[in-house]
Amino acid sequence: MAEIPEHLRKRAEEARAKAEAAKAAAASPGNGAAAAAASDAQKSEAESKIPAHLLERSKAARAQASDEPVAAPAAAGEGSGGVAVAAPPAVAAAAPGVTGPGGHTQRLLTVVKSGSIQDVKSKPQDKVHVWPHLLVVEFVAALFITAFTLVFAIFVNAPLLELANFNQTPNPSKAPWYFLGLQELLTMFHPMVAGVTIPGIGLLALMLAPYIDKNPSLKPEDRKFALSLMTIHLMFWAVLVIIGSFFRGPGFNFIFPWDSGLFFEL
Amino acid sequence: MAIDTEERKAPLPERLASQMTKIGDQVQSSQAWTSIFRPGSIFRKGYTDSPRNRSYVIMNSVLYHLHPVKVKRHAVKVSYTLCLGGLSFFLFILETVTGIFLMFFYRPTAAQAWDDIYVLQTSVTFGLLVRNMHRWGAHLMVLTVFLHMARVFYHGAYKPPREFNWVIGVILLTLTLLLSFTGYLLPWDQLALWAVTVGTNMMGYTPVFGEQVRFVLLGGVEIGTDTLLRWYVLHVLMLPFVLVIFLAIHFWRVRKDGGISGPL
Repeated sequence: MAEIPEHLRKRAEEARAKAEAAKAAAASPGNGAAAAAASDAQKSEAESKIPAHLLERSKAARAQASDEPVAAPAAAGEGSGGVAVAAPPAVAAAAPGVTGPGGHTQRLLTVVKSGSIQDVKSKPQDKVHVWPHLLVVEFVAALFITAFTLVFAIFVNAPLLELANFNQTPNPSKAPWYFLGLQELLTMFHPMVAGVTIPGIGLLALMLAPYIDKNPSLKPEDRKFALSLMTIHLMFWAVLVIIGSFFRGPGFNFIFPWDSGLFFEL
Repeated sequence: MAIDTEERKAPLPERLASQMTKIGDQVQSSQAWTSIFRPGSIFRKGYTDSPRNRSYVIMNSVLYHLHPVKVKRHAVKVSYTLCLGGLSFFLFILETVTGIFLMFFYRPTAAQAWDDIYVLQTSVTFGLLVRNMHRWGAHLMVLTVFLHMARVFYHGAYKPPREFNWVIGVILLTLTLLLSFTGYLLPWDQLALWAVTVGTNMMGYTPVFGEQVRFVLLGGVEIGTDTLLRWYVLHVLMLPFVLVIFLAIHFWRVRKDGGISGPL
């Protein structure tokens, strides 16, 4: 939802109030309307930068026209922000009494509704305050994860093996668990393919996902292909990591953890 | 005089109470207090539950104002986000706090690193506990970031207008992995050394400039005390610095793209 700048909104409100006042003036019958129109017109004349002699001329023409009741509503329109009018100088300059079709002394150029320039209406959205609704959830989540980490840290120690020794290669040597999928690929492909090309393509494809998947729908039933592809992708890595973590023993040979034990350190 | 004697007559607890109120009023009207607790702060006039005060809670807190004052109702549903993004961020903070504690007891040289960790575990109060938390928190963070990515994908939240934020997210995932991996070497035990050997050997196979990449990462042709210093600086300073920048962009884009994605 686009935010409407404060000054534009104010301007629109003023214009609307003005238009409302003009409409009210037009609705009231007879002399009242003419009087209001005249005062409105005078005000707008005072503000405008039209040379005085031209103003005098058009005022004379309008005085004549306001005798005819038909002209009154049109005059009332003047001064309201939404309606652009022009008093044609040709008519004003002509002999008194000469008017356009229907007795109008002015021409309506265009009517611009304020809504067509700026959308003032904002669609109401179902919103809640962040405090307390979101902050409480976040606080509980943070508390929960801290408690979990703390309790886990009390009962399970981080590994610290013996001092690093270049002359003694442990068997098997394994990368951290999140890279074990890559290490697993190393057993099948050339190191350049397994260590660089495949993860590189994987990351690139991930980054480009929103630019490749142009389907605008969020509904799972419309996105079967994208969802299956992602699921396969995630499962691919998960399976590789699990095999690399639990099913690889000395010499990185395939083992069953229930036969040969675990070769896995976090 | 009359007031004085009356005051003197009052029992001690009452006099103390009036003194405390006076001091409290003085403190609360001081410039320092009013600068820290901005207009609308509950420490100025107490908290009553009103829409205005609910907004002030967010607006007047440097931490909370990462949030908008209001969010879409479905955005607070735990079943939608599972809090995974927030938990990743919180774990990053937890890692920072515990990591700062560990830095006090650690020297990144091949001669001292392992001993420092050993002393930290055996002689430093809460040393073992904090190191454990740092280690498990790191593994947990890799997990939550990964799950966060999966959650975002399954909800289609990477779709316009959020494409760019998804790209930032993938960068953040990579940075998280790198942060965890650089930290892996620091204990300088057999596990660290050989895990990193396996990892960096793979990077050496980068086409064209593989040797150079490996050389830059190791600070030499093979892992040694220079590697330790290099990875230490990467782990405690450079990668967190870069990560925070991308985090800021990530959070900012969430706001600019109109909050989290809509319900399915």
